[in-house]
Amino acid sequence: MTDGHGAQTQSRQPVEAVVIGCSAGGLAALRILLEAFPAGLGAAVIVVAHSAPDGPSLLPQLLAACCALPVSLAVEREFAAPGHVHIAPANYHLLIEADRSFALSVDQRVCFVRPAVDVLFCAAAEVYRERLLGVILTGANSDGAQGLQAVKAAGGLTLVQDPATAYAGAMPRAAIATGAADRVLPLEDLAGAILVHCPIARVH
Amino acid sequence: MKDRADLENIELALFLDALYQRHGYDFRHYARASIKRRVQALAANLQCASIAAMIPRILHEEKLLPEVLGQLSVPVTEMFRDPQVFKALREQVLPRLASYPRLKIWQAGCATGEEVYSLAILLEEEGLLERSQIYATDINDTALRQAEDGIFPVARLEEYERNYRNAEGRARLADYYLANADFFRFDERLRKRIVFAHHNLVSDGVFCEVQLILCRNVLIYFDATLQNKALRLFHESLGRHGFLCLGTRESLRAADSAALFTGVNPECMIFHSNGVG
Repeated sequence: MTDGHGAQTQSRQPVEAVVIGCSAGGLAALRILLEAFPAGLGAAVIVVAHSAPDGPSLLPQLLAACCALPVSLAVEREFAAPGHVHIAPANYHLLIEADRSFALSVDQRVCFVRPAVDVLFCAAAEVYRERLLGVILTGANSDGAQGLQAVKAAGGLTLVQDPATAYAGAMPRAAIATGAADRVLPLEDLAGAILVHCPIARVH
Repeated sequence: MKDRADLENIELALFLDALYQRHGYDFRHYARASIKRRVQALAANLQCASIAAMIPRILHEEKLLPEVLGQLSVPVTEMFRDPQVFKALREQVLPRLASYPRLKIWQAGCATGEEVYSLAILLEEEGLLERSQIYATDINDTALRQAEDGIFPVARLEEYERNYRNAEGRARLADYYLANADFFRFDERLRKRIVFAHHNLVSDGVFCEVQLILCRNVLIYFDATLQNKALRLFHESLGRHGFLCLGTRESLRAADSAALFTGVNPECMIFHSNGVG
């Protein structure tokens, strides 16, 4: 193992959920990232991507086309499922309850956005604690920085896309500036760094 | 061993219990993740170092209650939110209510009122407003007063005009209000059809018998127990074949009382009440 977390990787329990936050340039980055996730992934994947509040979200269809895992909008009171990609619906904050069921809220925007990465990450950090992996990708505001700190403080793992490789560097830079990033990696290396912490079943 | 998050969950439960025992407002069956965020924000606003530090204050500072309620029931609403829902109400629900000589409609959880005025405009355009009585209720008295005034910032008009057009409004939104540089106010002919009142879905009973209930994005804050309780209350309040409209992203998957309703337009979360069996 060469990821600098070798010893930690050995002793850690596998992660139960991967939370991902992105904004401007997020669709292209998510495609590259999720394309590398294998069928048989044993962790739930939960995504907040800022988007226009109006109209139906095309994100699930667009991502499903390039991903081996099922992709759908997160449904209120539905359980986060291992090997499933859940996307926050437009215009609602997405949270998760202790029993791993999703909750939605129309509370005020956080960092001018709804859904906010901070809201998901803070809620997920409380629920999954050290069995959570948080990822901040490309984006043009500072949403996610506080959330990533919460993930780290609860004992979870934190990865940030290298701002130099991001379509918009502000969001990863804000996350890095909190000092809460375990690792900063170019986009093409993120999937490997995530999957090494996840349970993966062999699928025939 | 209990960590910081565990302790904070204990503090949250104690705080909600103190609020209930002292003032009778019961947030104990609100969905935990959201109410916790709001309580944390309240603690920060009151400059309390912890949720527990608010407990003596809520017990002993009489004047704190309005502020606490205001923050725990954050009023967020807009005009013609989800325009397709208003279009569906216009096309699928109002024609079926047109045969009633008197129409009673209840909006439960009206917050600052943007939606209830949207509803009044819809009724006006379908020729039903003159024989309609709308009841708009909330637990947040500050929001209710704002709603009753019917005065809103013009800054959001552009968005509201767009929603109104997408809801296939038959006129211009500007036909229904008067504006100055900063604010607009809805006409008296809309306002006089709406009665604003304090009502708590958690603790109060049937408000009155009505033919249509709008309760959008309120039950998303409730746990399954409370969601069921509210749905049973709605069923009791609706006459035979009355209609219920919930938020488009709400889910009845955990609600036993979902069987009390039949889908009319599932995408828009519009149901009709199954007759009392």
